[in-house]
Amino acid sequence: MKYVGQALPKTDAIAICTGKPVYTEDLAPANALVIKILRSPHAFARIKSIDTTKARNSKGVECILTHKDVPKVRFTLAGQSYPEPSPYDRLILDPIVRYVGDEVAIIAATSEQAANAAMKLIKVSYEVFEPVLDFEQAIDHASVIHPEDDLFCNFDTGLAKERNICSSHTLAVGDVEQELKNCDIVVEETYYTQAQAPAMMETFRAFTYLDHTERLVVVTSTQVPFHIKRQVARALELPATRVRVIKPRIGGGFGGKQTGSGEVFAGLVTLKTGKPAMFIYSRTETFSCTTSRHAMRLKVRLGADKDGFIRALDIENLSDTGAYGEHGSTTFSVCGDKTLPLYNKTRAVRYHGHAVYTNKTPAGALRGYGATQGTFALESTINKLAARLNMDPAELRLKNIIKEGETALAYHGNVLGSSTLERCIQKGREMIGWQDKYPRRELPNGKIRAIGMAVTMQGSGIAGIDTSSAAIRLNEDGHYVLLIGSTDMGTGSDTMLAQVAAEVLDTPPEKIIVHAADTDVSPYDPGSYASSTAYVTGMAVLQAAEDLKNQIIAQGAKVLAVAPEQIEFDGQQLTAFNGSKAISLKTLAESLVVGTDKCQLVGNATYGSPISPPPFIAGFAEVEVDPETGKFELIDYVAVVDCGTILNANLVKIQVEGGIAQGIGLAMYEEVRYDERGRLQTNNFMQYKIPCRKDVGRITVAFEESYEPTGPFGAKSIGEAVINTPSPAIAHAVYNAVGVSITRLPITPEKVFMGMKPQARPE
Amino acid sequence: MQITVIINHRQVTLDVQPNDFLVDTLRQQGLYSVRRGCDTSCCGLCTIWLNGKPTLSCATLSFRANGKHITTIEGLRHEAEGFAHFMAAEGAEQCGYCSPGFILTVLAMKRELVNPAEADIIHYLTGNMCRCTGYQGQLRAIKKYLGVTPV
Repeated sequence: MKYVGQALPKTDAIAICTGKPVYTEDLAPANALVIKILRSPHAFARIKSIDTTKARNSKGVECILTHKDVPKVRFTLAGQSYPEPSPYDRLILDPIVRYVGDEVAIIAATSEQAANAAMKLIKVSYEVFEPVLDFEQAIDHASVIHPEDDLFCNFDTGLAKERNICSSHTLAVGDVEQELKNCDIVVEETYYTQAQAPAMMETFRAFTYLDHTERLVVVTSTQVPFHIKRQVARALELPATRVRVIKPRIGGGFGGKQTGSGEVFAGLVTLKTGKPAMFIYSRTETFSCTTSRHAMRLKVRLGADKDGFIRALDIENLSDTGAYGEHGSTTFSVCGDKTLPLYNKTRAVRYHGHAVYTNKTPAGALRGYGATQGTFALESTINKLAARLNMDPAELRLKNIIKEGETALAYHGNVLGSSTLERCIQKGREMIGWQDKYPRRELPNGKIRAIGMAVTMQGSGIAGIDTSSAAIRLNEDGHYVLLIGSTDMGTGSDTMLAQVAAEVLDTPPEKIIVHAADTDVSPYDPGSYASSTAYVTGMAVLQAAEDLKNQIIAQGAKVLAVAPEQIEFDGQQLTAFNGSKAISLKTLAESLVVGTDKCQLVGNATYGSPISPPPFIAGFAEVEVDPETGKFELIDYVAVVDCGTILNANLVKIQVEGGIAQGIGLAMYEEVRYDERGRLQTNNFMQYKIPCRKDVGRITVAFEESYEPTGPFGAKSIGEAVINTPSPAIAHAVYNAVGVSITRLPITPEKVFMGMKPQARPE
Repeated sequence: MQITVIINHRQVTLDVQPNDFLVDTLRQQGLYSVRRGCDTSCCGLCTIWLNGKPTLSCATLSFRANGKHITTIEGLRHEAEGFAHFMAAEGAEQCGYCSPGFILTVLAMKRELVNPAEADIIHYLTGNMCRCTGYQGQLRAIKKYLGVTPV
């Protein structure tokens, strides 16, 4: 292939490297009102009264809004396809506040100082309730977090609000209890995963204004412009025709920006004042008052026969969705859907449990979306089984993994179209030096080096739901404009999608202008999440380009007076097969757009897939542990990846390296702590440590390409799977070093030390 | 209060408040490459040069810059683009939001360290965080850049 697979630089690379003003804040009008939010100091309370009189008269204040000033229509911030599976459990401002940081009042002023000064003048009195802070105590707690009558779901997700249950879910095939009894060996363990923060470098931000037709324009750093449009229209009670959402460059998202944030506040201020308004979340607000990964408790029971064939798998999950239910039911189901099919020699499987409300920072979408949590639990249990069987954990996996052309009990009747996971495991084993290093070596200085592993699968888009459109237009001198609604949040998807179109049209990618995303201009796309862009939008782009190519050939045939089948199109020239007649694309385009033929060509396609082909990864970690102190370092991380055909060699590699670094953060550094009153303590980069340059060791990435028959040129997506393996692989390596099995993330030196010294454990 | 500073080789006199931070003052001057990434002076996004030294503009009161030279990436356009091409060739910029502060630190490192070893490079740049890339591609870009343009 000419363009697909090439390590082309991102089209926006030089601009974003050199600080060009291309992000949301850079584009805001200078006179935009500054918005600040007064937030609840209580984890659970009812607002008895708010006195804003003094604040309203404060210098520079344009408006102050409380729960009395907002539409009484509940909505969800979860940016998901309609009908949203997340409960409509929010008001823009609610008389009940449900976590420390929940919104109490909106202040809009001419400057930040004026807004902050006015905030101090607002007097609020609260009736404080007993909060639900321990998610394991949430079900049937005396405090009901969402007592309101008007909360509702678009369809049944097992919500029981009077019991603090956001959703309930069971996926069961076969009789898992009976099969567990039949097994020669059963391993059980309970795992806890923490509420990881996305911690994208650009915090949430949006600005709004009314255009020349009094429509509300929302410019926002979002992954989901079309969902934000629907969300804002609902929350502000506007017809969809009155809302336009524009996404500039995004400073990172990682799923966090699949959930809406300040758009409704800014939009409301603009509607009330008629003036442009901007809301920028501080870093502290981003940690405390936007969304994080769902913390989960996973109880795993895994049964195998004495030869190491896994026969039964049962996972019971309890997920903490925090104060609001964004992505509560769907992260819950994804956790099972992306783990159970991995091992398909099972005779019965079950995945079940609840997502529950608590009075904590809401949970939302984050790279991996439940699969990350499930992978830690399942893969740690697989490693435990290998130890119990005294079997090489790589061999155990090779024996049990699903292979191309096979299905699995919980794979919804689908057949796996592509996988090289077997080769990924074998190659990774060689790269890390498994034969020499497994399981451990003592170094002359007394430290111990050990290795561990894990494998994972994710998906490519949401099967049967994600539907993406693309349009590509031939312009007057033979170049193209590709219109898409997906959102390049730094991944380089705009560039990669241009490569797909370039391959079809046999034209250099620089002749394709990519435009994304503006809900007035772009064709519909759910946005970039659920690892959908390469696969779902990729297929829409491929088919739109094919459509256009056919139209070009048909028009060329007309001009040359031959049948379309007799035309050869090399991207620049249309030639009749016998070589007698030819016309350049430039001349044809000119004639179609501005000349006598009068027919500007646009290729269109809408694509959605009934399946979600999984990318696979085998991850291997080498750690060095000091057995005296429990301190450990990550020395080496090897990941071998199957994401089908590689669309851009550099961009996919960076995606993998970056995702692994985030996975390392989840595994080793990103601790989440609340105080006894429900205040998030880890709400800045001082307290919440994301990996810096010194913390990630050496990451080595390799690929074992497969060919996905339903993907663009054989490609699958890769955005999320990359974050899943570090936690279980590093936990495994630590276990192999010092025999301490860490089941509660993150894996810290303190936990390792306490594990080694059981007598030192506090009561 | 009034301060006089030399921003990217151009002398300007600015009205600032005693509690204004340089990051905000520079953004008000249209220097949008200077960004606030945290509230605690630990992400490195707001890095500028103050008299040629990499400095966190979110932790520097504007009046402290009085009489000093301030350099942002806008003032090093040519040199920054030179390195940016090495970043782009690795795909190592991803979202790009941390890039200006990071690149300013790389260019300062190039002036300060002679033939730095890998560990020296990593140490020098520790204060510039990135959530996208895992740092590996940035390191590849830096090594190639320094290899091509020895200090």
